[in-house]
Amino acid sequence: MKTVKLTDLAKTIRSKNAGTDKITFDIIFREKANYELVKNSGVISKENIAKLYGITEDRISDFVEFDPAYAIKYTIYRKEPSGSPGDADTFGSQQYPPLLGIDVPVKD
Amino acid sequence: MSNKSMRFICPNGHLGFAPSKRESFDLGAKTRPDFYCCDSGSSDIGPGPLGGDYSVSPYEWQKHDLEMMLVAARKQGAPMIIGSAGDTGTRSRVDLYVQIIKDLARKHKMAPFKLAYFYSDVPKEYLKNKLDQGEAIEGLDGRKELTLEELEQTNRIVAVAGIHPYIKALEMGADVIIGGRSSDIAIFAAPAIKDGFPEGLSYYMGKTLECASFCAEPYGAKESVIGEITAEDVKVTAMSPYQRCTVASVAGHAMYERSNPYFEYMAGGMIDMTNCHYEQYDEKTCRVTGPVFVPIEGKIKVKLEGSGKVGERFVGIAGIRDPYTIKHIDKVLDWAREQVKERFGEEGYELYYNVYGKNGVMGELEPIKESKSHELCIVCQGIAETKEMAEEITMTGTRQIFYARLPEVKGTAGTAAFGFEEVLPATAGYKWTINHTVSVDDPMELFDVRLIEVKEGKTQ
Repeated sequence: MKTVKLTDLAKTIRSKNAGTDKITFDIIFREKANYELVKNSGVISKENIAKLYGITEDRISDFVEFDPAYAIKYTIYRKEPSGSPGDADTFGSQQYPPLLGIDVPVKD
Repeated sequence: MSNKSMRFICPNGHLGFAPSKRESFDLGAKTRPDFYCCDSGSSDIGPGPLGGDYSVSPYEWQKHDLEMMLVAARKQGAPMIIGSAGDTGTRSRVDLYVQIIKDLARKHKMAPFKLAYFYSDVPKEYLKNKLDQGEAIEGLDGRKELTLEELEQTNRIVAVAGIHPYIKALEMGADVIIGGRSSDIAIFAAPAIKDGFPEGLSYYMGKTLECASFCAEPYGAKESVIGEITAEDVKVTAMSPYQRCTVASVAGHAMYERSNPYFEYMAGGMIDMTNCHYEQYDEKTCRVTGPVFVPIEGKIKVKLEGSGKVGERFVGIAGIRDPYTIKHIDKVLDWAREQVKERFGEEGYELYYNVYGKNGVMGELEPIKESKSHELCIVCQGIAETKEMAEEITMTGTRQIFYARLPEVKGTAGTAAFGFEEVLPATAGYKWTINHTVSVDDPMELFDVRLIEVKEGKTQ
């Protein structure tokens, strides 16, 4: 089946701290059609996200499909609180790039 | 409600962190908003500023934004509210902002006005007494109940104020309020709730406005936005000529920096945004209806933030170009770690490597396991009780990368490149030790509001 990269479908893909102990990820679409396409494809799921980041599913605290903003959102627990010595991303703002290349199946 | 509607301007999502944009603020001020509100804090900046009691925002930028707001607010005679003074909202930061306000009053020869301020600092003794009495200090975000050991590792604690001290300050007749650490939502919600507007809408308005133009599009930070609350709705309008508040931008902002877009917790309860309805009201304005406030059952829980010092810190930087060394970088770093261990033992210090070009940014979360980079930058951090020891650990941990023994390396005159022959002193390492809540009968037991009259302008 033909696939399209998530980065070519979404308007915004970002990550950011949600408090000191979590990082939250937002995938936001401009068009309802693209949102529904990705949502219904099931490629963004707790299971797949855990696999992509090499973490267990219990590290994912929230997973939400947020219809009013055409957005899929999930949040993970950090291993150590933000800004602890050794943490290279105090704001959690550069943890999203692996999402960009996710293949989304589309009809030919 | 004494008025049918109330309007709030917010110029910046974190006052002082980067200067506010003037044009959109002036356009907003011209419409004579009822309140000038801005939060100045964030936990995003890491645990260092709270633990070490310093700001990361430059003094001149803090003064710039306070001056912009104060001059407009006093000229109009509208109240001005600043939350979480100086990034952390600690006592020293509140004092700093109070002094800036006094200095500005003198500079601009302002007529006397009433300034309220409160501290958010929580003495360790207060929490120790609670623990001694067997009271649980509940953990947030998966943390367990606070232990005595964690409390003892903590240098400084602030409580995150809700609307309560702000309502008190307004009741005392404050024209300007400088708050200690606060929920950024509270500085907007407090005046609206005090005036009888629905709590759900009041808190929701705060949530939308607190990051200023982050609720508008296209992306552009530090631009002013205006929120208007009525008994039925909240309308939020972008002030900068190039931005609009749209259904997408405002709904999208509801989930920004939060783990869940439907629920927002604060001292006293929670906003349920499940049934929020968003509509485009006019070109630059989005209208929102439907948020519901759900008050907490039982005692009010106030969030606590605490930071503890891990140790003094030095930083070293090394570059690697040899392809074999790059391929075996983990072994090289194990070697360097081993050298530190030989000298300093297993405990009493911390040693970290961030390997840029491999997984320096994402660490354990990096899905790409094999680096394709032809060169690496290694940042080494050594943390210990004294500066001398931290320096020596970092020096050993960095320099031993140069001496790493790998059988296949062709270059035998050093396996790393140094741009300079030293390790650099950094601010001490800190850690968030407390992300918990304390239950209180009266939230005001944590916040003591004081009122003074600023007459500096008149004495000139």
